[in-house]
Amino acid sequence: MNEKLKSVLYPLATFVVLVTVWEIAIRAFKVPNFILPTPYAVLEALQRGYIEGLFWKHFFFTLQSMVFGYALGCTLAFLLGCLFAESRTVEQMFLPFVVALQSMPKVALAPLIIVWFGFGLESKIVMVALVCFFPMFINTAVGLKQTNPALLDLMQAFSASRWHVLTRIKIPSAAGHIFAGLQIAIVLGLIGAVVAEFVSSTRGLGHLISAAAVNLETNTMFAALISLAALGVAGSLAIRYLHSRVVFWDKGSAAQTAATE
Amino acid sequence: MQEGQPLFRADNLAVTYSSSRGPVKALEGLNATLGQGEFLSVLGPSGCGKSTLLKVVAGLLKPSAGSVTLRGAPINGPRPDVGIVFQQPTLLPWQTALDNVLLPVRTMGLDLQAGREKAAELLRLVGLEKFSTHYPNELSGGMQQRVGIARGLVHDPALLLMDEPFAALDAMTREHMMMELQRIWMAARKSVLFITHSIPEAVFLSDRIAVLSARPGRTIREVEIDLPRPRTLATMAEPRFAEHCNELRALFSELVSFA
Repeated sequence: MNEKLKSVLYPLATFVVLVTVWEIAIRAFKVPNFILPTPYAVLEALQRGYIEGLFWKHFFFTLQSMVFGYALGCTLAFLLGCLFAESRTVEQMFLPFVVALQSMPKVALAPLIIVWFGFGLESKIVMVALVCFFPMFINTAVGLKQTNPALLDLMQAFSASRWHVLTRIKIPSAAGHIFAGLQIAIVLGLIGAVVAEFVSSTRGLGHLISAAAVNLETNTMFAALISLAALGVAGSLAIRYLHSRVVFWDKGSAAQTAATE
Repeated sequence: MQEGQPLFRADNLAVTYSSSRGPVKALEGLNATLGQGEFLSVLGPSGCGKSTLLKVVAGLLKPSAGSVTLRGAPINGPRPDVGIVFQQPTLLPWQTALDNVLLPVRTMGLDLQAGREKAAELLRLVGLEKFSTHYPNELSGGMQQRVGIARGLVHDPALLLMDEPFAALDAMTREHMMMELQRIWMAARKSVLFITHSIPEAVFLSDRIAVLSARPGRTIREVEIDLPRPRTLATMAEPRFAEHCNELRALFSELVSFA
């Protein structure tokens, strides 16, 4: 059997076995549905949610906060990362605060962000942006600073302008690191979105989970979890695809990013 | 530039670094001259400040004392009339061979159209005309270094600086590249300042060799290499070649016994 086929079939086999064991275990031990639903009940909940359409508004709400928050957080982080890497003064002035902020668990800020930005989409976007910011920021700054010094000497000897060196040399050199940051930010961003929805929201997959928990509708909770996982996987795959296309000269770095997930 | 004055000249050049253990003298009392179209090697044991010399001539480092002049004007910053080839090819992996050769044209804001023609011509000269659209990771080490040489020449510098350009290559590629460099040098008629720690490489390629002492580097001897050009693999088997090598080797063993 060839490797490609194996890479599809083997996980599929594992999945089938797990689901079967799950179904059988619930029947054999008579586990009540509100503790653990059967796979079939989860599938039913998914079908109800997405075909009858109740889940879509939650799904899109979370997707929206993800997309906007991610774009906002990563863009800001990239720009500030460049600024920190380029200016020693800026770095010296602000680095201690950045480190302090970074060490703080960002999700602890969620209630405060709700107070400041309200119960709607804005607070979710801000929360996602905040958690996306740090991995992207650090990776950008570190990546830019790891540019081959011989290359920088060469560029200086060739009278290259600072802007030319930054945009044409340092940023492409750091591309592997930057994509690793983007990859990590996807996963963390999703956490941020869900936490903000837990704290206060009337929509979103996170809200769906906490609302279903009140009624012990575990099948709905599972269905929402699967939706979140799907969002995360889709985002990760998209970034990985972009990475391999953009950083075409360094296949190794794409593989590394995949390993950091 | 005055008549009879050398193209490049280093007078009593000294460079002192400050390090955590206090000042370190990398070069002290280095003298060298290089005439138009000449191939001068700077030969020295490792740690003699050869790379420091390269940085000074490239305008990346200011001398602490003494002077370096090129075409009569002191070098006090990067100059467009100097081309550089490093030990590692240091190519941009995301650009094709042609774009890599064009790098100095872009950074110096020279005419891109003329640059393209010149780059294509140089790629032909270094034997890579079929590889101009290849990326560096599709080229062998020797080919990458040839792209580096073409890049060093593309803006038509008066002086080409080479810092142990073949040190990272395997022995066979190295001999081949020595031959290639001689051919390119004879065709391009450039003045070359070649930094190396390999005695046979220096003897094979140079018109003259400036021998540096161990750190702090200073010129202790200048040796004229009178072997006829073009030199070939057979040249390396000639007794005169061996004499030159032995003379230099003896010089170095003296140096080491001193230290």
